[in-house]
Amino acid sequence: MINVIINNREYKAEKGKSILKIALENGIYIPSLCYHPFLEPAGTCRICMVEIEVNGRKRHVTSCNYQAGDGLIVTTDSDEIIETRKWILKLLLARCPDSEIIRKLAGEYGIKEPGFIIENDKCILCGLCVRICAERMGRSVINFTGRGIDRKIDTPWKYVKGLTEKNKSLEHFTIQTDYCMTCGACVSVCPTGAITLEDITSHKPVPILSEFNHGLSNRSPVYVPYPQGVPNVPVIDRDTCIHFRTGKCGICSDSCPAGAIDYEQEDEIVEINAGAIILSSGFTEYDPGSDYNYGFKKFPNVVTSIQFERMLSASGPYKGELVHPGTKDHLKKIAWIQCVGSRDAANKREYCSTVCCTYAIKQAIIAQEHAKEKLTETIYYMDMRTQGKDFDRFYERAVHLGVQFVRGKVYKIEEAQNNGNLILTYINEKGNPGHEEYDLVILSVGLKPSPETSEMVKKAGVLLNKDGFCHMEFPILPETSKQGIFVAGGFGGPVDIPDTVMQASAAAGSASVLLHKSRHTLTKTKEYPAERDVSTEKPRIGVFVCHCGINIGGVVNIPAVTDYARSLDYVVYAEHNLYTCSQDTQERIKAMVKEHGLNRVVVASCSPRTHEPLFQETIREACLNKYLFEMANIRDQCSWVHMHSPGKATEKAKDLVRMAIAMVRVAQPLRPLSLPVVQSALVIGGGIAGMTAALTLADQGFKVSLLEKTSRLGGMANRLFYNLNDEDIQAYVSELIDRVKNHPLIALYMNTTIVDVTGYVGNFITEIMMNKGKATEKIEHGTVIIATGAKEYIPPDYLYGKDKRVVTQLELEEKIVKNEADIKECHTLVMIQCAGSRNEEHRYCSKVCCMQAVKNALKLKEINPEMEIFILYRDMRTYGFFEKYYMSARAKGITFLCYEKNNAPYVQQVTREGHNILNIEFHDMILDEKIAINTDILALSVPTVPPEGAGEIATLYKVPRNEDGFFLEAHVKLRPVDFATHGIFVCGLAHYPKDISEAISQAKAAAGRAVTILSKDTIEAEGKVSYVREDRCAGCGACVEVCAYHALTLNPEKGIVEVNEALCKGCGACAATCRSSAIDVKGIRDEQILLALESM
Amino acid sequence: MEEKKENNEPKIVAFLCNWCSYAGADLAGVSRFQYPANIRVIRIPCSGRINPLFIVKALQEGADGVLVSGCHPGDCHYISGNLAARRKFALLKNFLSYLGIEQDRVQFSWVSASEGNIFASLIKKVVDNIKKLPANKKLVRKRVGVQEYGWY
Repeated sequence: MINVIINNREYKAEKGKSILKIALENGIYIPSLCYHPFLEPAGTCRICMVEIEVNGRKRHVTSCNYQAGDGLIVTTDSDEIIETRKWILKLLLARCPDSEIIRKLAGEYGIKEPGFIIENDKCILCGLCVRICAERMGRSVINFTGRGIDRKIDTPWKYVKGLTEKNKSLEHFTIQTDYCMTCGACVSVCPTGAITLEDITSHKPVPILSEFNHGLSNRSPVYVPYPQGVPNVPVIDRDTCIHFRTGKCGICSDSCPAGAIDYEQEDEIVEINAGAIILSSGFTEYDPGSDYNYGFKKFPNVVTSIQFERMLSASGPYKGELVHPGTKDHLKKIAWIQCVGSRDAANKREYCSTVCCTYAIKQAIIAQEHAKEKLTETIYYMDMRTQGKDFDRFYERAVHLGVQFVRGKVYKIEEAQNNGNLILTYINEKGNPGHEEYDLVILSVGLKPSPETSEMVKKAGVLLNKDGFCHMEFPILPETSKQGIFVAGGFGGPVDIPDTVMQASAAAGSASVLLHKSRHTLTKTKEYPAERDVSTEKPRIGVFVCHCGINIGGVVNIPAVTDYARSLDYVVYAEHNLYTCSQDTQERIKAMVKEHGLNRVVVASCSPRTHEPLFQETIREACLNKYLFEMANIRDQCSWVHMHSPGKATEKAKDLVRMAIAMVRVAQPLRPLSLPVVQSALVIGGGIAGMTAALTLADQGFKVSLLEKTSRLGGMANRLFYNLNDEDIQAYVSELIDRVKNHPLIALYMNTTIVDVTGYVGNFITEIMMNKGKATEKIEHGTVIIATGAKEYIPPDYLYGKDKRVVTQLELEEKIVKNEADIKECHTLVMIQCAGSRNEEHRYCSKVCCMQAVKNALKLKEINPEMEIFILYRDMRTYGFFEKYYMSARAKGITFLCYEKNNAPYVQQVTREGHNILNIEFHDMILDEKIAINTDILALSVPTVPPEGAGEIATLYKVPRNEDGFFLEAHVKLRPVDFATHGIFVCGLAHYPKDISEAISQAKAAAGRAVTILSKDTIEAEGKVSYVREDRCAGCGACVEVCAYHALTLNPEKGIVEVNEALCKGCGACAATCRSSAIDVKGIRDEQILLALESM
Repeated sequence: MEEKKENNEPKIVAFLCNWCSYAGADLAGVSRFQYPANIRVIRIPCSGRINPLFIVKALQEGADGVLVSGCHPGDCHYISGNLAARRKFALLKNFLSYLGIEQDRVQFSWVSASEGNIFASLIKKVVDNIKKLPANKKLVRKRVGVQEYGWY
C-alpha cells in the first residue's frame, strides 16, 4: 500500500494504480472522456489532466495513465488545471459542436462558444472504440489511420474507387468490412455517439430476442432468464457471448465484484437414485406460424396471448403500458381470437386447451386497468368455456365491464391501407360476415406438449396419447402407464393453475404410497449449539450494512450509514460488507457475535421477506435465539426506488437502521410451541373422493376413520355407470368399497353424524353419533379431510315431476343401462343444458353436464342409430380431451342447437289427435326463428348443488363456504385443497362439481397434503403469537370476537382471556382491539412499534 | 425527531402488512419504480395489527402523515384482519378530524403483492397530498427534559 495526497487529504491506495482510479474509488471527481475502467488507459482526451508534485517539482499529467507512487501529491482542481481543461474543452467543442457530452462538460466549465473554427466532426479521436475492439473483442476492426491533422479512425481496406481525396480525408469510416462481428461494443463505448454499425460492417445486426418476453424485447448475452427464477442469477448464452467466440472480452468477469463469473463451468450429468418420478415438465404454447390467415409474424400488432401477457406485465417489454408493439402508440381497440391451435381438426389439433377462454377474459379485464384511454375490447369465440370454480362470475364481470363477446369465427386479418391497423373479417353466429378494425389482435393460442419431453418420456416407456400428452390411466391416475412414474400439470393435458397444483399434490401423495416404507431414511437433522441466555444482559447490538455490490452502495452512502449506526446507543459493533448474504459474511457475523458478545443483530440490506430466514439461521448458529434479529430494508424499499436522490436515500437508510435498532433493542427470545401430532386422519364422506383419500392414507400406514352419513358407500358414483371412455364405473366403485371395508387401518362409521369438534392441527377430537342413537363416540385425529360430496338439483320447472317423460341426466343414464321400455320405443330425444345452472339461482357452471349429455347421447346412438337426438345448449363446455367426443357426437348426427339465456326453451304438453305430446319450443339463433320439437323423452342437465348438512360441517370445523355453498379453499389457485385453518383439507364435489377423474385426483391431493402433517411426530407452531398480561385483562372478550382463528377463549372462572398458542397465527388483531393493552403479540409487541415510531 | 419549519420534505410513516403491501413495496423496488423518499416503513404482520394508538403516536412524534396499507378485501392472509383495520380506521378518522387533523394526513389503502406500480403511484400521491399541508404541529409532543427512548 502507498499513501497519496489528493487535494490536501491523504488516501491509502494499492501500488500501481492510476491517479484517476484512486480518485474515483474515493469519490473525487475528475472529468474524463477516453477513460473506461476495463480498458488500458490512453490519455488521448486530456481532460483528466491534474497537477502533481514529485520531489517539490510541479507538473501536469493525465491522471488516467499516470501510476501513483508513494507520497505523490495531487491537485485536481487548481486554477491552472481548470484553465488548461477549459482550453482543451474549447478545442473539443470546436471539433464536435453537436456532441451532447462535450457541450455538457463545456457548460460545467462555463464555456459557451469555442472561439475556434468549427469543424463539425463527431469523433474526438479518444480511441475507446479502437481499444475495446482490439483489447476486449479481439477483432481490431477499427484503428487509427493518418497522422497529425489527417488522423482519423477507419476500418481496414480503406482504398475505395471513386472516393475523392477531399471526402476521404473527412470521412471516418470509408468502407464496410465483413470482418466485424456486429457485436456493437464500439457503439456502446463511444462517448459522442459518432459510430453507427452501418458505418463499419456489411453485416446486418441481428438483435438477440428475449425469450422471456417472447421476442418483444432484446437481451444481452449475459442475462437473467426469468425475473422470478430460483436462484435468481444470470446465465451466459455461449452462442452469442464474445468470450466464447473469440476468447476475449471478459468484461462481465472483471466487473463482477463477487468474482462469480466462471467461464470454465461445464454441463454436468448427475445421476439421482429415486423410487418414483413425477413428470411435471409442463407445456409449450402453440406457435401459429403460418397455419392461419391471421398475419402472425407479418404484422407487428398481431401477437400471441403469451406475448400479450408480457405486454401487460410491469416488468415486461413496455413496462406494463398498453402500447402498439410497432409504433408504441397507446392502444384503443383490441380483439382476441379464441381457439387458435385448439378445437381445429383442419390443423390436426382436435382438443380444447381448457384455459384460453378464462385467460382471455382475465387479459381483457387487466388490459382495461392498464389502458391510458377508453379501451374497446372484443373476444371472438366459439363456446365460452369458463367451467372452473367461480369462472362464470368472472365472465359476467367482463360483460359488465363492457367487454364484447362475439360468437363467430375470424377467417382473415388484413392490414388497413393508411394507418397500419388491422381489419378483421369474421362470420357471426347468424352466418353473416362482418368487418372490424383494431389496433391490436391477440391470438389466444392453445397448449401443446413440448416435443422434446414427449420424446424423452417415450424412451422411458411411458404411454402418450395421440396428441403427445402423457396418458393417464383411469382410475390409477395420476400414475402413468409405467408404475412409479406419475404426471402432474400441463404435461398430462391442458389444465389451469388450480388443477395443476391439485395434480402436483396428488402425484406427491401417490408417490408417497409407493415409498412410505423408506420415509425419513435419507433425511438429515441439523444440530444447533445451545442458545445463550441473554435475559440478564444489557442490549449489545451488532449492525451489518450491505453494499449489495452497487445495488445499494451505488446510491446510498454505506460507510456513512455504518458510521451513523455505530454512533447510536446500544450499538457496540457496526461494519459494512460487499454482500452481507454471502457465505463468508455469515461466518464473519458469527465471529463478530462471539468477539463482541453481541446479543442482538441488525442487518441493513434487502427484504426480510427473502433474506430474514438466512440471517436468523446464522445468528442461531452463533448461539442466539433467532428472534433477536431485525432487518432494515435499504435496497428494495430504498436504493432501488430512490436511484436519483442519493442524499435522501442515505438519510432514509439511516432512519430505517435507527428504527430497526429501536425494535430489536427490546426484542425477546421466543420459543415456538412444539405440538405432538396424532398420526391418524378423519375423512368425512364415503363417496369416491372420501374412499380414495382414505385408501391413499391407509395404504401408507396411517390410521383413518371414515365417516358416512348414509348406510351406503359410493355417494353420487352409485348413480354413474360408464364414462365417456366407456369405463365401468360401478365395477370401480364396488372394488373401492371392498378395499375400504377390508383395510385393516380404516375404521368405517356408517349412518354417522358429527356432534362436536374440538382441538387444532395435530390434535383434533371429533365426537360422532351413529344410527341416530344417543351413544356418542370420540375420535382423536391429526387431520381432517372433508369429502361431503354434492347432489343433483331437483328442477321445479320444465314439467319435471309432472310428466314422466321429463327426466334428469342421471335418471336417463339409469334408464339406458336398464334398457327400459321407453328407451326402446324412443324415436326423438331432447336434452336441455343448463336447466337451472348459470342463472340467478345458481350462478355457476356445473362443469360435468355437457360431458354427461354427450356421453348419454352417444350411448343412445349406439343402441339405436336411428334415434333423433337434439341437445339445446348455451355453450358446449366439453373442455380438454372431452372435445373429441363432442366432435364425434356431431359426426354421428346428434343435433346441437344453441339458445340464449333470456330465451330459455319452453316445455309444454299439447294434445294432438288424442295424443298427449311433449312439446319443446325455443328460439334458434341461426335461423332466428321459433322452433318446436315434439319429443318422446326430455333429459334435463340440472346443476350439481351442495348437499344438506354441508353448512353444519362448515360451522363445526370453522371452515368457510362460498356463495354457492361449496367449501372455500385457502387460496383459489395455489392452495386448492387446503383450508386457511391448518390441518383441514377438502376434496371431491364438496369443493365444486367435477369429473370423476378430477375427484380422484383431488382426493389423492388432499391425502398428500394431509401426509405433510401426519408424517411428523411434532409440528412447530408460530413463534410470534399473542400473550395475555393477566393483571391487565378485564375479561371483556373484545379480542375473542375479532380472532379469526378462534385461538382466544374467555376463562369464566378466572375472568380473563387465554391464548391457545397452537391456533394463534400472530396477526395481532386482538392486540389492536384490546382497550387496556392486556393482550400483545410476541416478536412485534406494542412497545417495539412505539419505540420505532419514537426513534423515527 | 427534529422540529421542521417547512414542509418540503415531510416524513410519512407507512405501516405495511407483511403479506401484501410490504411485498408490493418490494416489487416496486425490484421493478425500479421510483417514488419520493419520504416514507419510513414499519413492517407489521397484518393491517389488523394497527392499534389506533400507533397512528396517534406517529403524529405525536412529529410524522407529517401516516399510511396504513393492507391486503385487498377478501385477500387477507389472516382471513379478515384488513376489514377489522378498516373499521378501526374509519372511527379513528372521525376522531382525528374532530381534533382538527386534516383528512389527507392519515390514509388507508389496499395494495397487493403484485401491485408494485400501484404502490409507487400511491406513495407519489400520498406525498403530494401531504406536501400541500402545513407541517404537522397539532399533536406533536413537547420533549422538554425527556430523554430519548424515555416514554416508559
